[in-house]
Amino acid sequence: MIELKNVCKTYETGNKAIRNINLNIRDGEFVFIVGKSGSGKSTLFKLLTRELKATSGEIIVNGCDLNKIKRRNIPKYRRTLGVVFQDFRLLYDRNVFENVAFAQRVIGASGSEIKRNVPEMLKLTGLGAKYKSYPNHLSGGEQQRVAIARALINHPQVLLADEPTGNLDSYNTHEIMRLLETVNSMGTTVIVITHSKEMVSEMKKRVITMDKGLIVSDEYPEKKPVSVMPVMGNSRSRGKSRRRPENTDDRI
Amino acid sequence: MTGFNTFWYCFKQGLKSIKRNILFSMASIATVAACIFLFSLFYSIVMNVQHITKEAETTVGITVFFDEGLSDEQKSAIGDMIKEKPGIKELRYISAEEAWDSFKTDYFGDDSEELAEAFADDNPLATSDNYEIFLENISDQQAMVQYIESLDGVREVNYSNAVVSAMSGMNRIISILSGAIIAVLIAVAIFLISNTISVAAAFRKRENEIMKLIGATNFMIRAPFVVEGVIIGFVGALIPVAAMYFIYKRAAAYVIEHYLQYTRLFEMIPLNEIFPAIVAVAMTLGVGMGFLVSFFTIRKHLKV
Ligand SMILES: Nc1ncnc2c1ncn2[C@@H]1O[C@H](COP(=O)(O)OP(=O)(O)OP(=O)(O)O)[C@@H](O)[C@H]1O
Ligand SMILES: [Mg+2]
Repeated sequence: MIELKNVCKTYETGNKAIRNINLNIRDGEFVFIVGKSGSGKSTLFKLLTRELKATSGEIIVNGCDLNKIKRRNIPKYRRTLGVVFQDFRLLYDRNVFENVAFAQRVIGASGSEIKRNVPEMLKLTGLGAKYKSYPNHLSGGEQQRVAIARALINHPQVLLADEPTGNLDSYNTHEIMRLLETVNSMGTTVIVITHSKEMVSEMKKRVITMDKGLIVSDEYPEKKPVSVMPVMGNSRSRGKSRRRPENTDDRI
Repeated sequence: MTGFNTFWYCFKQGLKSIKRNILFSMASIATVAACIFLFSLFYSIVMNVQHITKEAETTVGITVFFDEGLSDEQKSAIGDMIKEKPGIKELRYISAEEAWDSFKTDYFGDDSEELAEAFADDNPLATSDNYEIFLENISDQQAMVQYIESLDGVREVNYSNAVVSAMSGMNRIISILSGAIIAVLIAVAIFLISNTISVAAAFRKRENEIMKLIGATNFMIRAPFVVEGVIIGFVGALIPVAAMYFIYKRAAAYVIEHYLQYTRLFEMIPLNEIFPAIVAVAMTLGVGMGFLVSFFTIRKHLKV
């Protein structure tokens, strides 16, 4: 459960990137966040990873109040998240395997656990053959998948992805979307920031639109793609702003 | 086991960091090694001079001779008066016979029996019975000598001052000199270790930020750098310890060969007695310096 109450973020430059946002995301939801460049999407992302601290308001993620969290507890909080950065942010001095394994090392996994889990995750993300490659020798889509594999390896409660398909062609975009959907179907809450109208309209998920630091619309899909998810909701929410979700898949 | 996995990981990362940064690491190791080498060299010199001084203090005593014709009661009265003074470690009455025996062995060596035949019934040191006094602290010697000389019935007071005071003076000079040199070297070593760690940290700044965002603790991010510092300090200490082992052995052998046949005064502390101390001092200095410097450097660098 992610709750934002009257959240504002003003940068030290005086830039008001987020002004009074109220938002609820339930466990197991799949949410798109869209909006013009500079509308505050990445700022919101950074508030949720606690890279930034909100200027005012309350952000509570899985019972954890991010404005009051103690500095030494931040690492523990971050381990409940899987994060995919717009610019990948891989560790360029180590290969694909070690990049994904690093997230496991962070939680203190043993060598044998790592040897079991990482290849499995690389297979799931279609990187099985590339485990020895260094990030610089991978295509954009492959690097993006490494980032996703790293985000997923610890089975996070929440997956946060900032434009995970930003620089990808439509084939790779589809591949990644399918992966995110699979992860979501296994119970992870997925929040995806994107510019891709195509993807948003195709996937039929909840869409939050931001503009100038405000949420200007919060829409629920009319129906869900039958192939991936069971249809559980109704179809009366399109166009209404910031409604409580009633039709989301709440399997964990 | 979580802690162990993390520790092992950090250890391997530290080793990697040294390899990646090999030139800086080598320079740091060399400086630490030079610093610790001089430290242990001066340490063993000071310890040996102290050792020799101590030996000298126990062997060099004050000898008190009496006026001729003094009765035994008068002699023991003098002894009592000396014993009243604090700081006396030992006061011993040496009879004329004992004085002669000791003289014989000192001057005629193993042949003493035969050579001394000539003096068989006529002790040439008949009036040489004396008190031999050893002090707790050699620096009290001057005052004690003056006191004894003022006593009635004392003919002569013999004492040796030169060796002991020269030793003490030498030790002070060596201590001050080595202290100054070591202080400069430690400063250079600290600067170089700190620089090495800074370079390594700057090199990995981006990685460290990413690690943080993935949920790595400060410990996990900092530990590899501290490991790097500790390894630099450890290797930097190992080299001079090995060097000292051979140098000390050679020096001790040299002293035995060239001086010990003349006097036991210059006997060095045996290697197996002083070496554990050298190892302890060098390792503490090296590892301690590596740990503290890298710890504080990285703390300053990765304050997020
Ligand atoms: N570190 C910063 N300091 C000051 N202002 C910032 C900082 N980061 C972002 N901003 C400003 O905050 C506003 C929101 O930025 P943000 O990065 O959240 O936008 P965005 O919605 O992610 O845009 P894009 O789609 O281009 O990534 C912008 O006006 C931006 O200039
Ligand atoms: Mg952005």
